[in-house]
Amino acid sequence: MVEQIAAYLAGILLLVGALFSLLAAIGILRLPDLYTRMHAASKAGTMGSGLTLIAIAVVAFDGAVILRALVGVVFLLLTSPVSAHLLSRAAYMVGYSPSGGMKINDLKNYRED
Amino acid sequence: MNFATLTVILALVWAAITGNFSVLNLLLGAAISVAALWFVRERVTTPTFFKKFRRVLALILIFFYELAHSATRVALLIMSPNLKKRLKPGIIAFPLTAKSDVEITLLANLITLTPGTLSVDVSADRKFIFVHAMEVPDKKALIRDIATGFEIKIIEVFK
Repeated sequence: MVEQIAAYLAGILLLVGALFSLLAAIGILRLPDLYTRMHAASKAGTMGSGLTLIAIAVVAFDGAVILRALVGVVFLLLTSPVSAHLLSRAAYMVGYSPSGGMKINDLKNYRED
Repeated sequence: MNFATLTVILALVWAAITGNFSVLNLLLGAAISVAALWFVRERVTTPTFFKKFRRVLALILIFFYELAHSATRVALLIMSPNLKKRLKPGIIAFPLTAKSDVEITLLANLITLTPGTLSVDVSADRKFIFVHAMEVPDKKALIRDIATGFEIKIIEVFK
């Protein structure tokens, strides 16, 4: 009984995770520039891979596997925002301008001061 | 003796009694120790400990909630047919109240995982964090949301 519930739960988690991964990929294709693409990659991407790892933890029934899957989720949560931050900062530093222009740009004003 | 040492000792005692030093059993022992110590909290701990524990827990819950929320919103935005029109990106300066490295790092990470915002840079004097947003309808409202949401919670945890 418990195993069946776990299997269904893991199935749902895998499907939702895969959906978010797909959406992240579509987002990277459709969004116009690096900054907006980082939004898709950092949020939907973390969600997708995180849910997949949690699905593994749910069906594993093995302490070591569960622990490693959960540690994986924590590392994803810690690292993917940092990489998004670094990529967008590096892009800004080398002068890659946002497509279509920005209405508000406090960073530009700050750097010119 | 403080709460953390007591928990570790009791968890080890639990593992010794049950004769199983696996990670999972140690974690179970720690959980039981925390529950047991909670009953005698006035005698063994400073009153702030459980308050702090609750704040950390609240922060973690908000973190997961915001992640799910923002992922859904970004997903909806990506799939909207008139994507180009809906995008109104901008970079705003968010005035920092948080001071220490850990607080700023945590805040930057949480901002990246909030709906439509992405931290881009921290000013050299640590007064501002620059946030890229997908839609900026109201700059002041966005700053207020971050200041009264995550930042307060983070400062409370590290106070």
